[in-house]
Amino acid sequence: MSKVDLSEFKFEGLQQEAISDLNSLPEEDKEQLLMAGVVADQTMRSASYLQMDHSAVHCQSSDDGVEIMDIKVALEKYEGLKEYFWTLVDKDKDEFTKAAHDNLHGGYFIRVKTGAKIKDPIQSCLMLKSENVGQNVHNLVIIEEGAEAHIITGCSVAHGTKGGAHLGISEFFVKKNASLTFTMVHNWDENVTVRPRTSGVVEEGGKFLSNYVLLKPVKDLQMYPEITMNGPHSVARFNSVVVAPKGSYLDMGNRVIMNAPHTRCEIIARTISSGGTIINRGHIGANCVPSKGHLECQGLILGEGRIWAIPELDGTAEGVELSHEASVGKIAQDEIEYLMARGLDEEEATSTIVRGFLNIDIMGLPPQLQKAIDKQIQELQSSDAM
Amino acid sequence: MLTIEDLHVKIGDTEVLKGVNLQINEGETFILFGPNGSGKTSLLMTLMGFAGYKVTKGKIIFKGKDITDAPIYERARLGIGMSFQRPPTIHGLRTRHLVKMCSRNGEVNPELLAQTVNLSDFLDRDINAGFSGGEIKRSELLQLMAQQPDLVLFDEPESGVDMENMQLVGKVARDMLDGNINVVPDLSHKERKARAKTAGLIITHTGYILDYVNADRGQVLYKGHLCCQGRPRDILDHIRQHGYQECVRCMN
Repeated sequence: MSKVDLSEFKFEGLQQEAISDLNSLPEEDKEQLLMAGVVADQTMRSASYLQMDHSAVHCQSSDDGVEIMDIKVALEKYEGLKEYFWTLVDKDKDEFTKAAHDNLHGGYFIRVKTGAKIKDPIQSCLMLKSENVGQNVHNLVIIEEGAEAHIITGCSVAHGTKGGAHLGISEFFVKKNASLTFTMVHNWDENVTVRPRTSGVVEEGGKFLSNYVLLKPVKDLQMYPEITMNGPHSVARFNSVVVAPKGSYLDMGNRVIMNAPHTRCEIIARTISSGGTIINRGHIGANCVPSKGHLECQGLILGEGRIWAIPELDGTAEGVELSHEASVGKIAQDEIEYLMARGLDEEEATSTIVRGFLNIDIMGLPPQLQKAIDKQIQELQSSDAM
Repeated sequence: MLTIEDLHVKIGDTEVLKGVNLQINEGETFILFGPNGSGKTSLLMTLMGFAGYKVTKGKIIFKGKDITDAPIYERARLGIGMSFQRPPTIHGLRTRHLVKMCSRNGEVNPELLAQTVNLSDFLDRDINAGFSGGEIKRSELLQLMAQQPDLVLFDEPESGVDMENMQLVGKVARDMLDGNINVVPDLSHKERKARAKTAGLIITHTGYILDYVNADRGQVLYKGHLCCQGRPRDILDHIRQHGYQECVRCMN
C-alpha cells in the first residue's frame, strides 16, 4: 500500500448549504452524480441521501419502509446505535478508521423496516466538492427481517474539483431472510485518495449482492470489504468491473467468511489495466459444511500496466467446496480474428471484445444507470486511456 | 471467383500446403475431401488470412484482386465468409449484437434469421458460451446469413453434430448456397441479391454433407497436395471403398 499523508487534506470547516431539491444542483454536478448512478429526478428512487464535503445536504425518503438520515442524527435519535455502530469495523484498525472515529462529518443511516420490499432503489452519494477536502463518513445499513432493498451509492467529485481524500466506514446488517443489493459506482478523479473500510454480516436466509463499478481514474484506492455469513442458507455475491488507466493505483478485493452450513458465495472481478496498477484480492473462507464458494479474477492488460491477482481460499472443514479461477493476459488473438473474419477491422474487433469484457448486464441495474455506465465505457474507449 | 495458384503454406517450419492450384467459379459449390491432417483446414485458414499460416509461394486471387497478403477483414468485406469449427467464446458479446455487426450495412433482422436456424433463444446469450456442437454450427450459419458472403468456406459442417441438427444445418447450408435465404422480407434489392447463388468451398472428411448439398465438383487433398478431381459422389464412393490410401497411388 502506498503512503497517504492525511495532513495534506482539509478535514475541518468545509460545511455546505442544505439542498432541498437535487434538481437545483448545477448541471455539471448533476452529470457527475448521474455518472455515479445518482439521479436528480427522485420519482424513480424511494429515498435519497447526499453528502457534500463535511455536510449532509439532502436527505429524503418517499417510502414508509425506508428510514434514511444523517448518521449524526441517527446516533442522537437511537442513543449511539450501540448494537451496530463500530461493531463490525475496528476503530483502531488504522489511521483512516481513527480519523473517521475522531472527526465524523456524516454518512448515511439507512434502515429498511421488517418485511418491507422496497421497489425503487435507495440512492446515496458522497461527494467531494471543495478542493483538497478530506471527508470522513460512516455509513450504516440495516435491512430488517424479511426486507428487500437495492441501494445505489455513488461516490463522486464535483465538476472541476481535482483533489481530495475520502475515508468511509460502512457497516452492513442483513438480517434473517432479508436481501440487500448494494451497487457502488465510483466516479473519482486523478488526484483523489480513497480509503473505504467496509464490513457486513448476513444472517440466516439472507442475501447480500454487491456490484462495484470503477471506470474513472483515481490516484490511490484501497479497499477490502468483508462479509461474514453467520446464518445457514445465506448467499453472498460480488461482481466488480474495474479499469485502471495510467496513474491509477488500486488495491482492492472482497473477502467472504462462511461461518454457517448451507452457505454459498461467489466473487467475480473483471479488471483492465491500461497503464495503472491493480492488486486484485479475493478471499473465501469456509468453516462449515455444506458450503460452496467460487472466486474469479480475470485481468486484461492493454498496452502497459500491472495486474496482480491474489486469490485465496481457506477451508477449515472436510467437505467445503471452494474453487478459483484467475487469469492475467491480453485480448485473445483468436477472438480478434474471429470478429475480423466477420468484417470488423482490428480496432473494431478489439473494442468490441473490451466492451464485452466490461459488460455488466448481469448486475441487473436500472436502465438509466446502465446507460450512464455504457457512456463511460464509450468515453473511455474513444479517449487515449485505452 | 476464386483462383488459387501454386499455393505453398508453412506453419512454423512445416510445409502444410505444397503447391495447391484451385479454381472456384461464381455460384459453384466445390467440395474438398481429405483425411485428418491433410491440410484442409490450413487451406481455409490461409484463404481467410489467419496469422500463423505463412504463404511462402503462390497467390490467392478473389474477384480479380490479389488478396494473398490482405488482412482478414478486407477479405471478409470483399465477400468471403467462413464457418468456424471451434469458434471462441466472447464474454459479454450477445449473439444478437454480433449478427447485426456481421451485416456491414446493418439491414438484417436478427429475429427472423434466428428463426431459420432455431436459435431465437440464443440471441441474448454470449456468443458461443456453452453452445453444443450443433448450436455452434447453427450460430455460424446465422452469422453467415447476416454477412451475405459471395463465397462461403465451410469447415467440416458435419463434425460434432447429431442427426437432428445435421438435417437443419444441411438444409440451411443448402439454402444459403442456392440463394434461398431472405435476409429482410421487404427489401426487393436485397432479395434480388439474396437470390443469387453463393459459391462454396466445403471441406469434409466424412462426406455426410453431400446428403444435403449439391456439390458441383470435388477433389481430394492429401498431405498438402490436391489430387483426384471428379464428381463429388464418385470421389466419395471411391474413398468409402478404398480409403484415402488410394490417393497416394492416384497422385503418382
